[in-house]
Amino acid sequence: MRFADAARPELADPSSRRTRRQAATRARARQAEATAGLPDWERLREAGAAIRDRTLRDLGAHLEALEASVTEEGGRVHWARDAAEARRIISRLLPGDTEAGLVRSDVTDEIGLEGGNAGPHTRAAVVGARFLVAETGTLVVTDPGESLTFPGTVVVVAGIEDTVPTWSDLEVLLQLLPRSEAGRRMHPAVSTRTGDLQLVLLDNGRTRALADETGRAALRCIHCSACRDVCPVYERTGARPYGPGRAGPIGAVLTPQLGGVEASLGASLPFASTLCGACADVCPVKIDIPGLLVHLRGEVVESRRRRPVPTPELLLMRGLAWSMGDERRYEQTLVRRARWAGLLARDGRIRRLPGLLGKWTDARDLPVPPRQSFRAWWRRRP
Amino acid sequence: MSAREDILRRVRTALGDGGGPVPVPREYRRRAALSRRDVVALFGERVADSRAAVRHVGADELVTAMAAMLWAREAKGIAVPADLPPGWLGGLEGVRALTDVPALDPAVLAESDGVVTGCSLAIAETGTVVLDGGRAQGRRELTLIPRHHLCVVHADQIVGTVPEAVARLDPYRPLTWISGPPDGRGLEVLVVED
Repeated sequence: MRFADAARPELADPSSRRTRRQAATRARARQAEATAGLPDWERLREAGAAIRDRTLRDLGAHLEALEASVTEEGGRVHWARDAAEARRIISRLLPGDTEAGLVRSDVTDEIGLEGGNAGPHTRAAVVGARFLVAETGTLVVTDPGESLTFPGTVVVVAGIEDTVPTWSDLEVLLQLLPRSEAGRRMHPAVSTRTGDLQLVLLDNGRTRALADETGRAALRCIHCSACRDVCPVYERTGARPYGPGRAGPIGAVLTPQLGGVEASLGASLPFASTLCGACADVCPVKIDIPGLLVHLRGEVVESRRRRPVPTPELLLMRGLAWSMGDERRYEQTLVRRARWAGLLARDGRIRRLPGLLGKWTDARDLPVPPRQSFRAWWRRRP
Repeated sequence: MSAREDILRRVRTALGDGGGPVPVPREYRRRAALSRRDVVALFGERVADSRAAVRHVGADELVTAMAAMLWAREAKGIAVPADLPPGWLGGLEGVRALTDVPALDPAVLAESDGVVTGCSLAIAETGTVVLDGGRAQGRRELTLIPRHHLCVVHADQIVGTVPEAVARLDPYRPLTWISGPPDGRGLEVLVVED
């Protein structure tokens, strides 16, 4: 479903909009205070962005290093091309009668895992990862680590990009993440475990995103949610219209990249933004989300060029190109435009354009163009 | 083709020749520009900020302070790691210390009035104590299950910043970073200054 269609019912619900606005206001204030508390916040962001870029630029080598260190410490790495393969691996590792809990993460949501919470009496668990350190084979989670004490199997599911090259990279990421995620100086709990992990590494579209030299920057994301908390669009629509993937600005970038821009959701998400840039200002790893959205808008338009029936925008643009390609045609167009605009206008504004063009005026008014064009005025000036 | 080879091949195809390693500008602060005294004071402030109780005592007051904190909570039975320095609990009367050897049952830990541990290090700027299962810390479950945690921090264990902590910690040990009391449970920090 298109983002705009899915957003309509959310927009019509003032009480949840109010709740979201209040939550967003609080989250913004907390984040601003937490980041202002570090004199070197901007230098940490620079380092964080570079660490994530370094990870992605040489991801193959880091993944092999991660596999080697996890194996050396007594664990095992499993590879899953997509969500279904990941689920098959997990059910093989945790046979049906295993009493296994789930510690949810964006990745466990992504592959559609559901299950009971992992409590102190659970014997085995599936957990998400915040970071996986390639150098040492260490799992980092931001919870008290109950799941890491279970006597049974601990299955970790992570995206291939959740890797970081070295242990010392955590000195940057563990400052950026808690302040951006919750406006805290540190997560209430951080737990690590090295070795003895059953690690499932998931592709599920990530290598596709990686192949786009510009778009790949979105995979820097460390899942902090700061972009969501500042986004004026998210504040009004909530998470649901972004579909089953990630919500907020990073979702508008990642969902089309992971799943392609052909489906209606993927094609509409790059437009689910005012390009105000607040997300880029707060992103702890400096992802240029507005830039990526514009890049993806270009891809959406390109993918439609090959359609047998052209889109209204394409027809309009072709029409404009035709009329602007010749002086006489252009003059005629200006005259005709002024005449039509006069017919449609009320009180100096056009509230509804006819036909398919009406979609454009769904959410905004169009100012009436002046009766006389600049060129006409210039010719007739005394 | 196996999933492993398939994914690694896709990664390499996606990246092409990669364009060389990305340099990481590490111009952020590694240490806090503070005196020892101020680092210890900052740690106390930040712990208090995180809604945990914090007390500063001299080395000779450790035993009485600990006894007072446990009595104030009307603790009857507490869990302790096997290698807790025996001197720490010297002043305790009427409080039973259950040593975690052999490993205490989770139900026993849940029933206890709390746990007393040391730590591996503490971070001033974030008000964090880090346990690594080493001396006086015990296994991870010890601090996960009991309803209260009293953590003893020696002033020389406190570092200023996160980078200092990461450099000192051993990645091969099971680490638990605790910043403030976990939901529904209590945390008290006893800072021992020399």
